[in-house]
Amino acid sequence: MSSSTQELSSAETGCPPEEILSTQEIDASCRYPVLLFFISAAVWFLFSAVLGLLAPIKFHSPNFFTHCPWLTYGRIHPVQLDSFVYGFAAQAAFGVTLWLFCRLGRTCLFAPKVLLLVAKIWNLGVLIGCAGILAGDSTGIAWLEFPRYASSILFAAYLLFGIWAVLTFHARRQRQLFPTQWYLLAALFWFAWIFSAANMLLVFAPVRGVVQICVSAWYASNLLHVWLATIGLGTIFYFIPKLTNRPLHSYYLALFSFWGIALFGGWGFINVNAPLPSWIPALSAVAAMMMILPLICVALNLRGIFGVKSATPILSFIKFGAISFLVSESMAILSSLRPLNKILFFTYFTTAQTDLLLQGFFASVMFGAIYYILPRVLGVEWQKSIRSHFLTFTIGVLVYVLALAVGGIVQGINLNNPQIPFADVIKGTLPFLHISLLGSLLLVMSGILFLRNLLSLCISYSRACWENKKSEARS
Amino acid sequence: MNFGPLIFLGIFFTMSLSWLGLVLGPQLQLGKQTPEPNEKTGQLYPQARSGMAAQGAQIYRANGCFYCHRQQVAPEKFASDIARGWGSRRTVAADYLFDSPVMVGSQRIGPDLANVGLRRPDAQWHFLHLYNPQTTMPAGKKSDMPSYAFLFEERKIGRARSRDALKLPANFAPKPGYEIVPTPAAQQLVAYLKSLHSETPLPEVPSLTPSTNKVETTNAVAATTNAVASGAGIQSATAATNAPAATNNATGTNASQPAATNSPAK
Repeated sequence: MSSSTQELSSAETGCPPEEILSTQEIDASCRYPVLLFFISAAVWFLFSAVLGLLAPIKFHSPNFFTHCPWLTYGRIHPVQLDSFVYGFAAQAAFGVTLWLFCRLGRTCLFAPKVLLLVAKIWNLGVLIGCAGILAGDSTGIAWLEFPRYASSILFAAYLLFGIWAVLTFHARRQRQLFPTQWYLLAALFWFAWIFSAANMLLVFAPVRGVVQICVSAWYASNLLHVWLATIGLGTIFYFIPKLTNRPLHSYYLALFSFWGIALFGGWGFINVNAPLPSWIPALSAVAAMMMILPLICVALNLRGIFGVKSATPILSFIKFGAISFLVSESMAILSSLRPLNKILFFTYFTTAQTDLLLQGFFASVMFGAIYYILPRVLGVEWQKSIRSHFLTFTIGVLVYVLALAVGGIVQGINLNNPQIPFADVIKGTLPFLHISLLGSLLLVMSGILFLRNLLSLCISYSRACWENKKSEARS
Repeated sequence: MNFGPLIFLGIFFTMSLSWLGLVLGPQLQLGKQTPEPNEKTGQLYPQARSGMAAQGAQIYRANGCFYCHRQQVAPEKFASDIARGWGSRRTVAADYLFDSPVMVGSQRIGPDLANVGLRRPDAQWHFLHLYNPQTTMPAGKKSDMPSYAFLFEERKIGRARSRDALKLPANFAPKPGYEIVPTPAAQQLVAYLKSLHSETPLPEVPSLTPSTNKVETTNAVAATTNAVASGAGIQSATAATNAPAATNNATGTNASQPAATNSPAK
């Protein structure tokens, strides 16, 4: 405990004697790349939320837009997921990673102009990928639907980003590492590996038959339960001590949960009944059970904060993210237990679990981080209220996830009873889908509020710049 | 001493364990799997799809049918798939040997399609269903499937009605003098759907005829190690009772070409 106090205080105040950089200078060095990443992330979040509202309308009125192949459910749905992961989540993560590397390493961002280029190439890649899916070029593999011409662009942009982030990390003046840096650095390397390996084995030189199921399950679980989880947790472990003004409960628990997630997170969560040799789902289920260990460590490490009253909505975002992480991972572990798997496999419950991880955990943590970082790098204060965004967002996530989780349980129980005709099973899920649509609507509103908040901050920043120039000219 | 590189390698190795187990392991076991001849008929299973059906698989992929429909039958003890008539046995690795991408799906929003070619052998039914799913529903029931009308063409009837034109019920018919004709994409997709069947009994999973549903299947899914050993005895027993099911075998993938596809849309 004492070591973590030292870590944090030395990371924040103890500058190397030879050359002292002020916090303002460090923040200013990240300004434009971080701003560009965050604004793009906000735009993609809204885009994905709008598609999330549009896609299920197909279930309620199947005759909606039937003459337009671009708008069929099987094309909108993957665009919604991929624009969220690669458009919003990845870019928010890029911005947060860069800023945290600079702050914790007490160093300036290395050659920021290159990162502006990275952001542009990455956005182009996501845009081309989404257009490709809508045009019917999807690869047909979950979470990797972007056609090869788009994923090549993304990979090139990522390599450039990764090199720049590692150079910034390497140039750090604060040599001692805080757990956040472990998490972020590992995530940095890990995405390059999983994205290239999975694309290679599934799209460029596909493996044979059901091995594809294994590879795509491996990619999906590494993407969600390792890559996003390490970035999100790393960010939580930085902001919780920062915002509550108390040290991280335990440095060693944080490291232990890191190793646990690295070891057990990527084993696929494969269903017991998948058409695979039985050892594969068995191994996958064992690893899923072992995920309890890092989960307990995270819970122990964060237990102190849930009693702390949130002075700012930023802390509320981070807390909501932490709780969502614990709940969502518990849902994933529970549904891999054989008796529960029997009911819950391939139902809306899985959708609810994934969305709780993506929205409730990851997006929430990123929102909190962005609200903390952006005023500091721009040097202006928030004009608009963050609390309204927090409320619409959390209520939206809760409504959406609860409706689909309960709907999924009902769906699973009914499906297991062969006396109930299939059409009636699906009819039974419709009320829950209707309620979840309300959640989707709130998510769209939260996306609008988020973008409005960012843009109003940009406006007050440019106004401040303009006034500075004016006063300089006057004097 | 600088432990940095050592820790870095340690982290990378830890994270790579899942790759070794979930990618390399299955690849070593299944990556070189080949079709096996059937014990009785000597026919190889599985067979690669015919040209039309293989093109149809790409239409299936492009339109994301697999986000709602699965193509994997769960073991009888595990789910109601077999009781619902979605298959006569669970699906196994061999069934997907020639699929790329393998689109097993991950949701049960629509019925399982692993055996839809056996369940719905009529191409006309598929065309009607794709054009507007409500046309094939019993009176008073509503389908939640979106319409795929963009796979069809509405055109003026020429000298005579074209042979492929859909025979739509009166309330769904186009305006007089017009007809609805499937595009080549629709024909390919239907050829693919008709080619979907995984009922052929295999040594690892004998088919169950509906009457012998009570017979224990050899699902080796359970982590118990002796499941396979005890299953071997039951295999021969079910294989004997399944003589009628085995005859289905003759309808190989190539044989299930739809008649309609021989006359592509003009």
